[in-house]
Amino acid sequence: MASIELRNLSHSYDVIMGKGEKASFSINNLNVRWEDGKAVALLGPSGCGKTTLLNAISGLLKPKAGQVMFNDRDVTMLSTKQRHIAQVFQFPVVYDSMDVFGNLAFPLLNDGFKKNDIRGRVEEVAEILELQDLLKVSAGRLTPADKQKVSLGRGIIRPDTAAVLLDEPLTVIDPKLQWTLRRKLKQVQRRFRITMVYVTHDQHEALTFADVVTVMSKDGKIAQTGTPEELHENPDTPFVGYFIGSPGMNILDCSLTAEGLDFDGFVIPVSDELRSRVSGPGDGLQLGIRPEFICSRLEPENGAVPFTALIIEDTGAYRVLTLTMHDIRIKTRISQAEQVSENDTVWVSFPERHVKIFRDGSRIY
Amino acid sequence: MNNRAVLFLLPVIVIMSLSAFIPLITVVNYSLHYIFSGSMPQYVGLANYVEVLRDPEFHDALTRQLVFSTMVLAVEIPLGIMIALALPRKGIWASISLVLLGIPLLIPYNVVGIVWRLFTQSDIGVIPKVLGFFGYAYNVALDPIDAPLTIFILDVWHWTPLVVLLCYAGLQSIPDAYYQAAQIDGASTWKTFRYVTLPKLRSVLILGVLLRFMDSFKIYSEPLLLTGGGPGSSTTFFSLFVSRKAESYELGYAGSVSMIYLFIVIVFSFVFFQIMTNIGKGGQTK
Amino acid sequence: MRKRHIALICYFVILFIPIYWMINTSFKSDAEILREFTMFPKEITLKNYVEIFTSPVWRNSFINSIIYVALNVVITLIAAIPGAYAFSRWKFRGSHHLFFWLLTNRMAPGAIFIVPFTELYYTLHLYDTHLAVALAHCLFNIPLAVWILEGFMSAIPKEIDETAFIDGYSFPRFFGKIFFPLVAPGIGVAAFFAFTFSWVELLIAKSLTITDAKPVVVTLTVGIGAEGVKWGLLAAAGVLTIIPGALVVYFVRNYMAKGFALGRV
Repeated sequence: MASIELRNLSHSYDVIMGKGEKASFSINNLNVRWEDGKAVALLGPSGCGKTTLLNAISGLLKPKAGQVMFNDRDVTMLSTKQRHIAQVFQFPVVYDSMDVFGNLAFPLLNDGFKKNDIRGRVEEVAEILELQDLLKVSAGRLTPADKQKVSLGRGIIRPDTAAVLLDEPLTVIDPKLQWTLRRKLKQVQRRFRITMVYVTHDQHEALTFADVVTVMSKDGKIAQTGTPEELHENPDTPFVGYFIGSPGMNILDCSLTAEGLDFDGFVIPVSDELRSRVSGPGDGLQLGIRPEFICSRLEPENGAVPFTALIIEDTGAYRVLTLTMHDIRIKTRISQAEQVSENDTVWVSFPERHVKIFRDGSRIY
Repeated sequence: MNNRAVLFLLPVIVIMSLSAFIPLITVVNYSLHYIFSGSMPQYVGLANYVEVLRDPEFHDALTRQLVFSTMVLAVEIPLGIMIALALPRKGIWASISLVLLGIPLLIPYNVVGIVWRLFTQSDIGVIPKVLGFFGYAYNVALDPIDAPLTIFILDVWHWTPLVVLLCYAGLQSIPDAYYQAAQIDGASTWKTFRYVTLPKLRSVLILGVLLRFMDSFKIYSEPLLLTGGGPGSSTTFFSLFVSRKAESYELGYAGSVSMIYLFIVIVFSFVFFQIMTNIGKGGQTK
Repeated sequence: MRKRHIALICYFVILFIPIYWMINTSFKSDAEILREFTMFPKEITLKNYVEIFTSPVWRNSFINSIIYVALNVVITLIAAIPGAYAFSRWKFRGSHHLFFWLLTNRMAPGAIFIVPFTELYYTLHLYDTHLAVALAHCLFNIPLAVWILEGFMSAIPKEIDETAFIDGYSFPRFFGKIFFPLVAPGIGVAAFFAFTFSWVELLIAKSLTITDAKPVVVTLTVGIGAEGVKWGLLAAAGVLTIIPGALVVYFVRNYMAKGFALGRV
């Protein structure tokens, strides 16, 4: 097991999409450290370079710049085999011509293990993954979920695996089984204290699986690394705020004036503390607030701002309102008990302890 | 059976009946008669078959054909896989390679014969000149070993590109993830080939083996033009043998040979088909 | 890497030496061909080509070949596309056997089929027409085309059909608008093979034609076996028969690459 650290890691490549069209994928100057034995989720929108990053960690591609460190040892120039890394792909990869036992034994066989040791180890892993009854079945005949278990099994079968990288491993799995499989994954991770890096674009998947979440932005940069709570409570950038949470954080352009925060339509007063923390010029700011923290009422209230209800979405437990004023749009949560219909006026206020202020894409309050 | 399926298959069935089924019935009919030009066909039951099966000429032609077909498969399939593996996978050179590989396939069979005749003819060809330089008296028309060997090399030359194209297509369809997984599992080059590439090529290899096996039985124009089936009968392969019989109006005999031929090829192909579809699908279901 | 490239280049060189030799011969005079051994023609002569282009027999037979090959490709595709669709979409009883039976037709011995073919097309009054040759060549082209197309079509999820029908597409519209573009590379590959096998076939084409539809491959053989073979002329005609094929390959090369890349031929 190993900690993984990336230092100034950059890579880019183009994919020719026929007819001369090119798509570029890149990761830019990544710096992050994931401690040994953690379940890490690498979260980001599609096409942000997650897979590229994963391949750089496993050694399937050599980055153009920067270093990959395992346990503070530079492995950038080492081959995949020398890194002792395992990777589970989006589509289950099994060796069709072998049975499940052969599949699980394959990495050990390649490493020159003895027959008896292999048998013991395969049986142990098969039991953990609940594959013991399928050992004699040809891998090509398995269900996608079982195939994915086999590829995970190949990943953890080596006693000296440094880390297991998973690239959206549940994409092709039946939604019902996804939950079971994710729990199994978590169980394996806990039991062996394996460093696991789990790539996904689904925040729910990331937040339920991981001890640590690293969010990547569209331009191939790391936006923030932290525990799920940290990301939710204190996003470093408006992107993280918006990307995490459902619905995401409301991000509103504003500027700080003598009256308070001016949204070009309404102004909210601010405390001296906030004012003192927001140093520098007053304009070019962004306010972020999560929908669940916005106070919204149907009655006018002192200091509240009138918005018009535009869309009402019912989720069962609560409703999500989309409110407008001029061209400002915000989303807010409201309990089922409140009677509200479209075009009603809703009075909202932003409790200051839940307000985040960003300047140039990073949080200053 | 699905009505719509019948409707969709109708054109295939009609045309195939016209160009396959009716002629086949006719051939079956021939095989049961003594037919000589001018006289009325006479029904003889299986007498033609008995005659064919006892005919040493038939045994000769069949053995020669089986040796030839086996050699063709043994060389063209591995060679085709190797070349396909070596081909560039993308970019301009990939398309150029494909175009170049397509050209030998598009040369009419008899032109192939002519190309090789020009190439091997003792008075004007390159091969006799070059081999003569090294002290080997090559003569495609007179030497009973040079002649079949030349036909064999010709076939490898002509048809390996087809195997290459098929394998290339198969290779292109293997997702990178399989190779990456093998790399991560620490598989050697050979093991990667054995457990990733080869199983994934199975379906194209089935097609390649079947096509080459069937088509190698049909080799006709090339020996006809190059050696005329000689010297002796050293290049009288099966199709040439059958058509010689048909041309000499021994239609009943030729019909029987054809049926036996068809039987052999179908049995062999079916066995190939079964073996190859079952390889790698072994193991039990639960 | 180096070694791989060198091996490949060697292979392509060997592949083209015989063809080069034919081209080389086609530009030589008969006297030079027989008199001496030269890697390049000493005096390049176009005499052989001129003779072919000025002869109506040669010209017509070229046109005949092109007509029946084109006809064959069209017939093959018209029959094979729906057929392959049926095999790829509906697993009915015996579909597996029917599929294998279809493929076995490729093995049919052309040599012996010529007599029944002749009788059959005589009866249908199609003897010595382009259509006869085109239909007869379906014997080996339709099975292959069905096999290839079935592979491509099976790779397209059935859900695409179902979604289209739910969206209210009629079958022909679905086929033309959605399905056809998806299998276009496969159709390209199938058409390429149909063209190839029809273009290069000699035996059946020879036996089904006398004059009106006599293909170039047959005209070629006439020059052989006669007294004093005209090697230069033969080589030139050979070169000319390769050209249409080379052109086809050139035009479908992107399709081919794409079709082959899509795989599951």
